[in-house]
Amino acid sequence: MTPGARRAVNVAMSWLAASAAGLVVLPLLLIFAFLLWQGASAVNLDFFVRLPKPVGETGGGMANAIVGTLILVALAAGLGLPLGILGGLYLAESRDRRLPWLARFLADVLNGVPSIVIGIFAYTLIVLPMRGFSALAGGFALAVIMLPIVVRTSEEMVRLVPASLREAALALGIPEWKMLLRIVLPTARAGIITGAMVAIARVAGETAPLLFTAFGNRFWHQGLDQPIAGLPLQVFAYAISPYDDWHRQAWAGALALIGMVFVVSLAARVVTSGRFTGVR
Amino acid sequence: MADGILVKNLNAWFGEHHVLHDVGIAMAPKAVTALIGPSGCGKSTFIRCLNRMHEVVPGARVAGSVRVEGQDVYAPGVDPVQVRRKIGMVFQKPNPFPTMSVFDNVVVGLRLAGIRERAVLHEAAERALRQAALWDEVKDALGKSGVSLSGGQQQRLCIARALAVEPEVLLMDEPCSALDPIATARIEELILELRSTLTIVIVTHNMQQAARVSEATGFFLLGELVEFGVTRQLFTNPHDKRTEDYITGRFG
Repeated sequence: MTPGARRAVNVAMSWLAASAAGLVVLPLLLIFAFLLWQGASAVNLDFFVRLPKPVGETGGGMANAIVGTLILVALAAGLGLPLGILGGLYLAESRDRRLPWLARFLADVLNGVPSIVIGIFAYTLIVLPMRGFSALAGGFALAVIMLPIVVRTSEEMVRLVPASLREAALALGIPEWKMLLRIVLPTARAGIITGAMVAIARVAGETAPLLFTAFGNRFWHQGLDQPIAGLPLQVFAYAISPYDDWHRQAWAGALALIGMVFVVSLAARVVTSGRFTGVR
Repeated sequence: MADGILVKNLNAWFGEHHVLHDVGIAMAPKAVTALIGPSGCGKSTFIRCLNRMHEVVPGARVAGSVRVEGQDVYAPGVDPVQVRRKIGMVFQKPNPFPTMSVFDNVVVGLRLAGIRERAVLHEAAERALRQAALWDEVKDALGKSGVSLSGGQQQRLCIARALAVEPEVLLMDEPCSALDPIATARIEELILELRSTLTIVIVTHNMQQAARVSEATGFFLLGELVEFGVTRQLFTNPHDKRTEDYITGRFG
């Protein structure tokens, strides 16, 4: 190949790769632009601080749904993160072969289970025995969806911690459990937090598993054993309604949801970009 | 002799692979013993048997007796964590904890042993860093990340970290193999200063280094201790033909 031809191929491939990268982010930009266009008109102070108005009246907001989503995500994170991180630590550290292999395989299967099925699971396990839809059931369903993501990313991040650090810790006379909790986990911290944020962002927008667990509510949060509103649920309910005002609010709700995910991701970046971070 | 390191009939395996054959050795206390030999001869495995780090590797096994400063390291009921607290170790590549500052790296052993008083930690950190000849270079940067130091400084940081828990023995597994000649010279000076207070065992590929820093030297080959004796004698007048071949560079 002549130098000229080689250079031409190089330029062509660079452009190809760059346009592929551009195409990857294009859908996100389009979605965001479309949401802004459709929803920005309904975003005002009322939207963030007011309850929904009764059917037929215009105005009102989705404050209850915003709070509800925060509560649901907090419940899911409180349940899913500790379990997932410790599970991932076990998978990465265990010397046993069979149980981790099985757990890993099942986590991957769980990751592929449609979220509506997980909703049915939570419905049978929590809603039926408790005789009612509840925030708890919704949080539980979301936690189940988070689990495989958190387990697998935590495992990968813990594996990335070099063996030399473990040896250094053990040789100092540090017991194995302390080494894992005080040396290995902090070293893998940045990666684990990123994984946790991905999982949180994923479940924050889940609608299907909330349909018959959290159920939705047109009022403020009334206790964890009561139905609770969630942004995705409210967006769904408003989007299929016949009222123009509700349609606009649905767009605004979707915009708020994306905004929340965006803020969470950004916060994670800021938190993990601090000094002394170990494995990324 | 109760003190020092006394090893009898030490055998070690990785799975089915028998890597140490009936090693017996008596190393003097408060002295430097060097272990030399070609790669894969078992010298690293040998010192990892002294602080029970060998068994950390899955499938690794040890048999035989090791007494360190009077304590039977492999006696039933002995906690490897307690053994390792009394025997410090420095590795081939500097391995400070990347999430910790210089200060935190030095005191991590004490802190995780439950010591919280700031004054005690500060005093221990300064003492260990002075012993490791690093204090003057880092005293104004104790809050900086441990991995922001140069390679040679990182290795001295690792030495300080090992010294902070006041071990009786310091094991060094090719501590200079990742360092440049100037950093190496500093570590060697350090070894000469430390030998009055500690029993030191150093594994090295560098025979000049062994000759410079040690009182006694052992030569390992294919998992056996071929020869062990006073350093000067071993290098000038080896008893074994294989030792002579190795130190004169005829193989290895």
